[in-house]
Amino acid sequence: MRAQTDLSAHPHLAEIGAAYDRLSGRRTLYTLLLILCAVLAIVGGLTVAEEANSGSFWGGLSSFLDYPRDLIEDTWAAGWGWFGLLATYFPYLLETINIAILSTIIGFVIGGSFSFLASRNLMDNRPVVFIMRRALDVCRAFPELVLALVLVLALGPTPVAAVIAVAFHTIGALGKLFSETNENADMKPVEGLASVGASWLQRMRFAVLPQVLPNYLSYGLLRLEINVRASAILGFVGAGGLGAELKKVVDWNYGADITAIIVLLVTAITLIDYLSAFARRALIGRTGVL
Amino acid sequence: MTSLTASRIDALSARHPGVIDRPLSARLIPLGAFVALLAYLATCFITFDLPGVMRGFRGDMVQLFFLDSFAHKIHVVRRLTDDRFTANLEGARFAQYDPLPDWVQQGPGPDRIELGAAGWVDVTADTVSYFEPGRDLPWVIHYAKGEVPTLRNVPAGEPVPDWIRASEIQVDMRPSAFARIWITKSKIEIHRYFIGWENFFFDFSSPLAGKSISEIVSLAASGERIDPARSNLSLIASEFWNNEDWQHGEVAYALLQTVIMAVVGTLLAGILALPLAFAAARNINASGLARFGLRRGFDFLRGIDTLIWSLIFIRAFGLGPLSGIFAIVFTDTGAFGKLFSEAIENADRKQVEGIQATGASPVQKYRFGVFPQILPLFISQVLYFLESNTRSATVIGALGAGGIGLKLLETIRTRQDWENTLYIILLTIAVVILMDQFSGWLRRKLIDG
Repeated sequence: MRAQTDLSAHPHLAEIGAAYDRLSGRRTLYTLLLILCAVLAIVGGLTVAEEANSGSFWGGLSSFLDYPRDLIEDTWAAGWGWFGLLATYFPYLLETINIAILSTIIGFVIGGSFSFLASRNLMDNRPVVFIMRRALDVCRAFPELVLALVLVLALGPTPVAAVIAVAFHTIGALGKLFSETNENADMKPVEGLASVGASWLQRMRFAVLPQVLPNYLSYGLLRLEINVRASAILGFVGAGGLGAELKKVVDWNYGADITAIIVLLVTAITLIDYLSAFARRALIGRTGVL
Repeated sequence: MTSLTASRIDALSARHPGVIDRPLSARLIPLGAFVALLAYLATCFITFDLPGVMRGFRGDMVQLFFLDSFAHKIHVVRRLTDDRFTANLEGARFAQYDPLPDWVQQGPGPDRIELGAAGWVDVTADTVSYFEPGRDLPWVIHYAKGEVPTLRNVPAGEPVPDWIRASEIQVDMRPSAFARIWITKSKIEIHRYFIGWENFFFDFSSPLAGKSISEIVSLAASGERIDPARSNLSLIASEFWNNEDWQHGEVAYALLQTVIMAVVGTLLAGILALPLAFAAARNINASGLARFGLRRGFDFLRGIDTLIWSLIFIRAFGLGPLSGIFAIVFTDTGAFGKLFSEAIENADRKQVEGIQATGASPVQKYRFGVFPQILPLFISQVLYFLESNTRSATVIGALGAGGIGLKLLETIRTRQDWENTLYIILLTIAVVILMDQFSGWLRRKLIDG
């Protein structure tokens, strides 16, 4: 407690103390303003949403558990037959997972190739970098749903529509992450290869790719998780897979079928989450990057 | 490049045995992975029936979408019971041009309809002659009410081109993507496409339709009141906002709903997840059972996915953004809870111990020892999710949660107003990019500055 009383005795310390108070006061003000903005956004948003909703919040709160209860009752009534339903819908789950894997591979390969052109340290041609970055931005911003809806019109209800839609978005998402990884790569191997006369492609293949590939794979696995969810959703607009089946049974209100599909989907998503987290840890643990 | 002698190569490979002469197994792994990848792609090619899908490809649908999304067409129609042409925008009865556009001339002599670069059409009492650019003779079709129209004067030996389709009931000619001449037993119909979005600012029935920008500006600045009840400026604004074709007001409201779903959903999830994450962190909560329960709870929330949550909430709260908000809150609470609790477990002990050494209470310990360490991650993750949730909100909007997703679905399902579809797609992408830029800006401000 002596330190505080001494403050006034030293004009220099008093000045520091005042500056500290001023800064911390300003910081508190900013924090309060930020919290106020967040609260306003939440309250205002909820008011607008409540107005636009066809049912009301308080009315819905009491009936919130009705639907899950109906579903569970239907499932209970189905008895052992419910496990047969799991087997019925399993092929559709495989289709959804296939959509996710294929679109991740396409996005990985194309996004990976584009990312080299979108990295400032690897590409000397500034306009190419700029154009590639904007192209990746547009791919990323394009909601999968929009593309899937248009493709379902042109191709008919087929999983190919979902593959193209998800892959398009994946190119943008992975391309951006990959180019950030590229920009953090160590440039010494690139210079070394350049000094012995390696071409651009050789420099990328032997100096950059070995550095960034583990990170690429890690990001790719993370994307796979996201894409499984996305492909399930796209089924709802007719792009095949488990989502299309779910839409059908939801429309018909077949409770037992709905729970069977939900259980399949949730199990698959959780399983893929854990597998990819495990694989990513293994990848990164071995190389020590990221 | 200097070349290496054989003895130096040997010396090098002896010094770095694992690098120059890699073991066979290490060299086979990439090859094996590549072969497996090719095999997988081949399997997908078959299971997704790619050849079948490509056969079913509706090229005409795509062409129609692209043409219609940036162009509009005007139908010039004459019923054979009548001897006058009418011109309507997209064939809509309520959008009739009066007087006729200047590229449609009714008599004297044959009626002439100019088709721009695609030539022109002359219509007499019993023939329709299409003058194709670069061809000396016109294509002449004889028509009469109640009789099958017939294509005459095709020189012997000259094949009828693909774009003319004559059948038992009609003659349909599409000389270019921008023109169509269609004659049946009861009517002559000519379509001409124009590049651009018609009526984007004011709809057809508006008193301001067809006016140029300078006319609008001078009307707004001065001029007599078109509607005596209010000023021209407010008339212009309301005519624009309530445009019946483009529905700018409704589209803006739908966009607002989507943004609200994303912002409120993300913020609420972040706020809910924070205390839960503290409770689920090993270094804060000693009870293993409670931690296990919370962790599985996060997995459950995350695993159910926005799609299924939105189905459940739409049943309870009805169609609308409120249901969308709750779907996002539930899924993201799970995702945030997992992320934050892992970050808290990785927090540096030293800061907590330092705070503890000054005699701080447990709450103060977490507030000043742990919280500042995870705050940057908290902010950056919430802002990352904000951007991705804007996209998710359009998707669950289409499932019934309303907003721009539902609006988009409407315009696509009617298969009529492709220009509205393109307009909404462009707006959606613009909003997603804006949210991305905004969240990136805010992240830099809050974390770096």
